[in-house]
Amino acid sequence: MWRPCGVIDETYEQDLAIVRTFPQWTLTVAALGALALLPAYVSGVTLNTVNHIAITIVALHGVNILTGLTGQITLGQAAFMAIGAYSMEMMVRYWGLSFWIATPIAMLITGVAGVIIGLPSLRIKGFYLAMATLAAQFIVPWIIVNVRPDLTGGTDGLTVSPPSIGGLQLTSQESIFYLCATVAVFSTVFARNIARSRYGRAFIAIRDNDIAAEIMGIAVVRYKLLSFFLCSLYAGLAGCLYAIWMRGISVEHFTLHESIWYLGMLIVGGMGSVVGVILGAIMIRSLTILVTYIGPWIAVFLPPGTGTVLELGLGPIVFGVVVLAFLIYEPHGLARIWERFKAFYRLWPYSY
Amino acid sequence: MGFQKVMEALSNQKVTPRLASLSGVSLSFHGVKVLTNVSVDILQGELLALIGPNGAGKTSVVNCMSGFYRPGSGQILFEGKDITPLRPYHRFKLGISRTFQNIELYEGLSVLENLMSARHNMMSYGVLAAGLYLGKARKQEIEHREIVEDIIDLLELEAIRKSKVGSLAYGLRKRVDLGRALAGQPKLLLLDEPMAGMNTEEKEDMARFILDVRELWKTTMVIIEHDMGVVMDISERVVMLDFGVKVVEGSPDEVKNNPKVIAAYLGIEKQEESSK
Repeated sequence: MWRPCGVIDETYEQDLAIVRTFPQWTLTVAALGALALLPAYVSGVTLNTVNHIAITIVALHGVNILTGLTGQITLGQAAFMAIGAYSMEMMVRYWGLSFWIATPIAMLITGVAGVIIGLPSLRIKGFYLAMATLAAQFIVPWIIVNVRPDLTGGTDGLTVSPPSIGGLQLTSQESIFYLCATVAVFSTVFARNIARSRYGRAFIAIRDNDIAAEIMGIAVVRYKLLSFFLCSLYAGLAGCLYAIWMRGISVEHFTLHESIWYLGMLIVGGMGSVVGVILGAIMIRSLTILVTYIGPWIAVFLPPGTGTVLELGLGPIVFGVVVLAFLIYEPHGLARIWERFKAFYRLWPYSY
Repeated sequence: MGFQKVMEALSNQKVTPRLASLSGVSLSFHGVKVLTNVSVDILQGELLALIGPNGAGKTSVVNCMSGFYRPGSGQILFEGKDITPLRPYHRFKLGISRTFQNIELYEGLSVLENLMSARHNMMSYGVLAAGLYLGKARKQEIEHREIVEDIIDLLELEAIRKSKVGSLAYGLRKRVDLGRALAGQPKLLLLDEPMAGMNTEEKEDMARFILDVRELWKTTMVIIEHDMGVVMDISERVVMLDFGVKVVEGSPDEVKNNPKVIAAYLGIEKQEESSK
């Protein structure tokens, strides 16, 4: 990234900084302030969507580290979320741990599960690896439903009691919003820093040229597994948030469908970009909401019968079309459009 | 053997100790013999050129050294230790670095990040520190950035340090490839056709960089090069391979006038005459 004319870095620290200038700091603080005040302005329904987006962002950061940075396609993110959500709830339910202790442990459990699922990546790549992670997407729900239905609630799932912090129960969407938003912001910062650290470079090296990476000093095996671990850590965290947001968990929430949507969001947002994760999650989740409002309007103009069918199918259709459009016209996603806009804004009104 | 001779032999060894060597290395792919019993010594501080016609096995020698190929038989020694079973990244840690004939850079990273990636093992901060980017992580990033910036200065890459490698021209990429190899601060640098596909001016630049590096860091180098002018100018010793066998080894002048070398490159006159 080039600095605008006249902004000169004098130390490496200045060069490394993400938030640099005074206006940028002002904007950052203002944005965080606006986020903090959001519940005061919007209705509970909107807040519900915002929470869903925040949880999606957390899960999507994981997919971005694994698929965007390391180049290992995963179709199992929802399954990892399920592992996180179920292990958290079961620890709370049967061991009496509090949510705040159970969540980090659940994240670690998910991380280890991710590493195990990631083992095939040491031998296979690309399409075949996608199939291997797909296996997780079938195995995990099967285990949850069939192995100990007395503990996991089988197909009925489990209800999740809201956690409390300092006597305050996180039952309302507002209180869950503050939790989800804080976690989303922190995980974004963490993901951004990982991406620019030695680990991020190693991940991208493996993605771009794994043979050269191995020869130029990067232990490919170790960092592929680390990438799976980090991805699952995020998935576990997102799963725990999802559980308390939904106030219940069931395998119905963590389907292959969801996993594919995560990949779609990543494509729309921009593979390997932290900004893309945020933009992609916001865009696709808002589109889904938008479609449920627009659907009935369109249905009116259609012959009876087809209307309801279209209404039900409109979400997936729009999702498919949007992903296709991005693949064809902007494979680098919304993040690239944002970059272009910034470049344009900096140079305006002179295009040089 | 007299005492005098033993002392002489010992002192000779001291003057030019071996940094690395291949001893009796053979390599074959599905019955196709690529290298047959090749033994090459690489002496401390020298610039050794590997020459030979296409398909002679030069790159295979480099691949065996860097660990990409594992020889069927024979040993690879580095600083007196047998490194034959070691994985490539482990050898890189020991100090064997290389450039690639076909430029194998990380296209999604900037020039700076490509160079920094070679210093991965020299940094020690953990994942948590990386995620928070505080303390050790920040300190080490800056420390290593300073060293990488020196290499950027040396190779005159300042203007493109933040450009994505994927967007660079061929000649510049070759230079970045060299930069990444240097960023690992190697004891042994293997250069696989660093001047392939370059024009005279670019070749001169590259030769200048190679000589600069030698002067600054006294790095031992092995260079594969087809341009005999360059080889004869900058190398101290030349090894020639043909059909996977070491044919000749010696100083550039010796090799230049060796009939076997001339035969391999220009064909054998006698055979042509006898076939007439």
